[in-house]
Amino acid sequence: MSGVTLNSVRKTYPNGAEAIRGVDMQINSGELIVFVGPSGCGKSTLLRMVAGLESISDGQIKIGDRVINDVSPSERDVAMVFQNYALYPHMSVRGNMSYGLKNRKMPKDEIERRVNEAAAMLKIDQFLDRQPNQLSGGQRQRVAMGRAIVRNPQVFLFDEPLSNLDAKLRVQMRIEIKKLQRRMDVTSIYVTHDQTEAMTLADRLAVINEGRIEQMGAPMELYSDPKTLFVASFIGAPQINLLPVRYDGTQLSNGSLAFTGFADLPQDTDLVLGVRPDMLRHDPEGQFELRVDLVEQHGGENLVYGALLGARDAEGDDLEICLKGPQDLLPEMETVLRLGFDPSAAFVFRKDTGERLL
Amino acid sequence: MKRVQFEHSPIPYLFIAPQIIIIVIFFLWPAAQAIYQSFLLEDAFGLSSQFVWFRNYTDTIFSDAWLQAAGFTLVFSALVTFLSLALALLLAVKANEVIQGASTYKTLLMWAYAIAPPVAGLMGNLMFNPLIGDLYAFMNTIGFDFDHKLDSVDAGFVVVLISVWKQVSVNFIFFLSGLQGIPKSVTEAATMDCKSSFRRFWTITFPLLAPTTFFLMVINITYAFFETFGIIDTTTQGAPGGATNTLVYKVFQDGFRGADIGGSSAQSVVLMVMVLALTVIQFRFIEKKVHY
Ligand SMILES: Nc1ncnc2c1ncn2[C@@H]1O[C@H](COP(=O)(O)OP(=O)(O)OP(=O)(O)O)[C@@H](O)[C@H]1O
Ligand SMILES: [Mg+2]
Repeated sequence: MSGVTLNSVRKTYPNGAEAIRGVDMQINSGELIVFVGPSGCGKSTLLRMVAGLESISDGQIKIGDRVINDVSPSERDVAMVFQNYALYPHMSVRGNMSYGLKNRKMPKDEIERRVNEAAAMLKIDQFLDRQPNQLSGGQRQRVAMGRAIVRNPQVFLFDEPLSNLDAKLRVQMRIEIKKLQRRMDVTSIYVTHDQTEAMTLADRLAVINEGRIEQMGAPMELYSDPKTLFVASFIGAPQINLLPVRYDGTQLSNGSLAFTGFADLPQDTDLVLGVRPDMLRHDPEGQFELRVDLVEQHGGENLVYGALLGARDAEGDDLEICLKGPQDLLPEMETVLRLGFDPSAAFVFRKDTGERLL
Repeated sequence: MKRVQFEHSPIPYLFIAPQIIIIVIFFLWPAAQAIYQSFLLEDAFGLSSQFVWFRNYTDTIFSDAWLQAAGFTLVFSALVTFLSLALALLLAVKANEVIQGASTYKTLLMWAYAIAPPVAGLMGNLMFNPLIGDLYAFMNTIGFDFDHKLDSVDAGFVVVLISVWKQVSVNFIFFLSGLQGIPKSVTEAATMDCKSSFRRFWTITFPLLAPTTFFLMVINITYAFFETFGIIDTTTQGAPGGATNTLVYKVFQDGFRGADIGGSSAQSVVLMVMVLALTVIQFRFIEKKVHY
């Protein structure tokens, strides 16, 4: 097995769109890397460049020690699972899975063995002689996985493979993919914009923003130590609460609200205070108040949404924030809750550059 | 048991009436006429006729001229269908790969579609004119002793060429839209599974085009049988010596030029039966092999 190395990789589409603007990355052998980022940030483009479906405008991509910039997709030893499965509609499940092996002139009995093994592993052995249009979405997804597995490639590529499935199936397949990847120990790159999928699957996450890697690291590292405002706001569900504030030398303030316990911050610029919903606690001695608009009961925990009294957002409207609390935190609408948080756990960012200061 | 009664409204019949009337006037009535006429023998002036049972049939079908026309029709249809499909497919695959100037390229290829068969025939006639025809001159310059007025193979070549040229554009449009209907990700998955683009074409693209190909085959055979009439009439008119007579053209010649109404009716009845049989065969046997 071998890792994947990206050196100053760039992609400019023929129409001039700069999709990837210099990406460096070292993916270790057997690692599962997840690309996350907002729509249009270039996740698919980067993945497709590794697959060979998009040319590389500049830079270098290596699998192991082999530079693959000019290697044809079929000879890169990578296998890809597509979002819409991309099964060959005129071939049976068996045909779909063995097509790539046949073209590689593999002996018949070896193909047979691999297909049967993968089919058993994915529990699709009873469908082997069906056509793809006789399968459910989940089953098609398994066939697409099977087609990738039988190739026994050095690298697996997944482009939002679960986004066409219903929520329950998605969770189930997510767990299966993780297990399979562990068992086969194949270097993998997985593209998604689903928070939970990203956090739970990844060995390391790469947050991509406008064609650049914003930050890369273990999921919990990105959650608890984001380097930028973008990463902090992208990672974590429900989203982090962001409060526009200014520093006056002793405290952070917004309207009539003031937060103490912060030091060593610049005074002449707009700042953003970031507090995760689970850092907020219901506290009769707390520093500020929340007027409750909505309570969502998620079973194990409740999410309380409301306006922060005294504070205004950048447009001058009520500042909506979210608080994660236990099952029994069930305030009535319009009641006012007193809240507090530990300043040392909060983040402070510069508003203009997004750089994290505290 | 009680029968369920539905209120019958005459409105639906009104709606289909125009279509029914057209079919009756332009198809059923002439067909009935042809069947009736095929049992009659008229004198040369059309003044009297006599019922002759199947004599018109036996006379025409066992005649050398009819057998020659049948043979030519088979070869001609096979060639026109195969060549125009193959050529159109090649052009469509290439056009589908073109990224820059794609629409210009496609528009240019579709132009021939707007040309009616007789006009295509007239143009071909000019190009193969022994005095001023460029293609006539070209064929002779490159070393063929080319003369479609005398040589039956050369004459066949001319009608096949013009018929194919006329038909390629229709096939091209259908193949192109068929190609564009293949999901991009399927093609991409194939690129990752198979290195040879030639092999990819025959194992993925071509099978996925099978429904289009089948449909076009039916259309093209019908075209070669019937619509090429205008091309033949404006070029060879069956010459030399009936070598480029298709069955349809022979029906016309015998009926209108030769005034043999009975014989030509018998031929058209035979033709009708042949086309019916061909259609049944196509749908029964070939469609079964078309996947999904
Ligand atoms: N074939 C193309 N030609 C020109 N520009 C393209 C092409 N494909 C993508 N782009 C542009 O490149 C950028 C990145 O696209 P990409 O498909 O990689 O986004 P993504 O992160 O996968 O988004 P999503 O989450 O919506 O799938 C986008 O701005 C897009 O408009
Ligand atoms: Mg994408």
